[in-house]
Amino acid sequence: MKPRYSLFSLARNAMNYHKDWERAWRSPNPKPEYDAVIIGAGGHGLASAYYLAKNHKMTNIAVIEKGWLGGGNTGRNTTIIRSNYLQDPSIAIYELARSLYEDLSQDLNYNVMFSPRGVLMLCQTQHEFRAFQRTAHANRLAGLDCRMVTPQEVKEIVPIVNDDPNCRYPILGAYYQPRGGTGRHDAVAWGYARGADAMGVDIIQNCEVTGIQRDGGRVTGIETTRGVIRTRKIGVVTAGHVSTIMDMAGVRMPIESQCLQALVSEPIKPVIDCVVMANTVHGYISQSDKGELVIGGGTDPYNNYSQRGSFPALEHTVTALVETFPIISRLRMLRLWGGIVDMTGDRSPIISKTPVDGLYVNCGWGTGGFKAIPGSGWVFADTIANDRPHPIAEPFGLNRFQEGRLIDESVAAAVAH
Amino acid sequence: MLVVKCPVCGAEGDETDFHAGGQAHIRRPASHDPAHVSDEEQRDYLFIRINPKGLHFERWRCDRGCGKWFHAARDTVTLEFKAFYGITELPPADVIAEAKGQWAEYFAKRLKAEKQA
Repeated sequence: MKPRYSLFSLARNAMNYHKDWERAWRSPNPKPEYDAVIIGAGGHGLASAYYLAKNHKMTNIAVIEKGWLGGGNTGRNTTIIRSNYLQDPSIAIYELARSLYEDLSQDLNYNVMFSPRGVLMLCQTQHEFRAFQRTAHANRLAGLDCRMVTPQEVKEIVPIVNDDPNCRYPILGAYYQPRGGTGRHDAVAWGYARGADAMGVDIIQNCEVTGIQRDGGRVTGIETTRGVIRTRKIGVVTAGHVSTIMDMAGVRMPIESQCLQALVSEPIKPVIDCVVMANTVHGYISQSDKGELVIGGGTDPYNNYSQRGSFPALEHTVTALVETFPIISRLRMLRLWGGIVDMTGDRSPIISKTPVDGLYVNCGWGTGGFKAIPGSGWVFADTIANDRPHPIAEPFGLNRFQEGRLIDESVAAAVAH
Repeated sequence: MLVVKCPVCGAEGDETDFHAGGQAHIRRPASHDPAHVSDEEQRDYLFIRINPKGLHFERWRCDRGCGKWFHAARDTVTLEFKAFYGITELPPADVIAEAKGQWAEYFAKRLKAEKQA
């Protein structure tokens, strides 16, 4: 058992100039066989492994990662956490995730810096105002703590917002989820990794999957750059690369991989203490604890595996936010990056069994996966352990695309997820 | 920034002058009798996509030029265009030869069908 992080461990290590901190997780060699293997050590994969071990006592499992853990979209998003989606199945899974985030730091003994600072979704056209009213009613029926706020309240919550009623997209109100907010994305990956590792899960980095072995329609193992690993259960949690992995098992996916960019400004004094999403003009913004403005927008419109986005998409996002927050117009931008997101036709995720026995898939989180990590891992672990969809995962099955049972969040959420 | 060239009017511009229209060569299942279209075929038509890491075939529209749709072959890793060709055409033979996986299967099937017809 690993020593717990606490004020005392901090003080004790301070005596040794912090030279004796134990490693947060091991770097084991792969065993020849596991009870289950998760492909992809991002937030969703690590959370799945953690809950497999914790809730279902499956500790002889491995998480395989071609790069380093948390190095994909988990470390590339804008860390927004909210659950105010329109459709009931979405509300169920995102609210499960948001509520798990509330005491995740205590559960993991790792500070994920969950900050329920409030998420404000601006209404800048009449259409958007009515659409969010509809969402507000749906969310109230589902018991979410959310409400519509007036332009005056918006100005009180975000004093830097442009409240000129004559601008092109005036603020007509906003939809507010005070219990939403942000978290520390790397810490979520690291915390789950440390927690899973402590229960005996092998996290194997720098190990790329090159094939999926099958026998008579069920999986028997995976081929990797570090040899063959036998297993009867495989969970594929590889976001932008899900099509390439599933292709190895002959399963075609309703997914397109595109690049989503984010950027941060130079650090400045606190100017904004909540998350603001401006979906009509298409940008979202918050301020990190370091003082950087964290900015995100829309994806490039074409398939891309390069983790580099285009300039026009970036320009569009920044233009939108300068219009909404004129005081940021002279800020210099510090860093920008791209992540490869897995987009489904209805912009809802896939958490599912597949036509291949023992092969499970958790993907399609598109531009909004970070907020769902704890809930996604929770229901996916249950799905793998019991070989049937968890009730919350059931509506997100692959079969919805042929049954026409779409969970349409693409229209409901307008753009930003 | 992608530099796109329209094979119809010859206009060249960056990606904001064009519209990316998604995967190419998707055929709607026969619609003269909807009862003959299975749920799987309809699903494949609407949602299942070839999503290769590498050479990909797409539809683009010459938004600020002639307005015509056309086809392009593009690498999704290097973002480099390999060919532009007409909306009713197949890619040049040398580009087809570079196609891998599901695209290679698609073109093999399509060429075989055209030879028989």
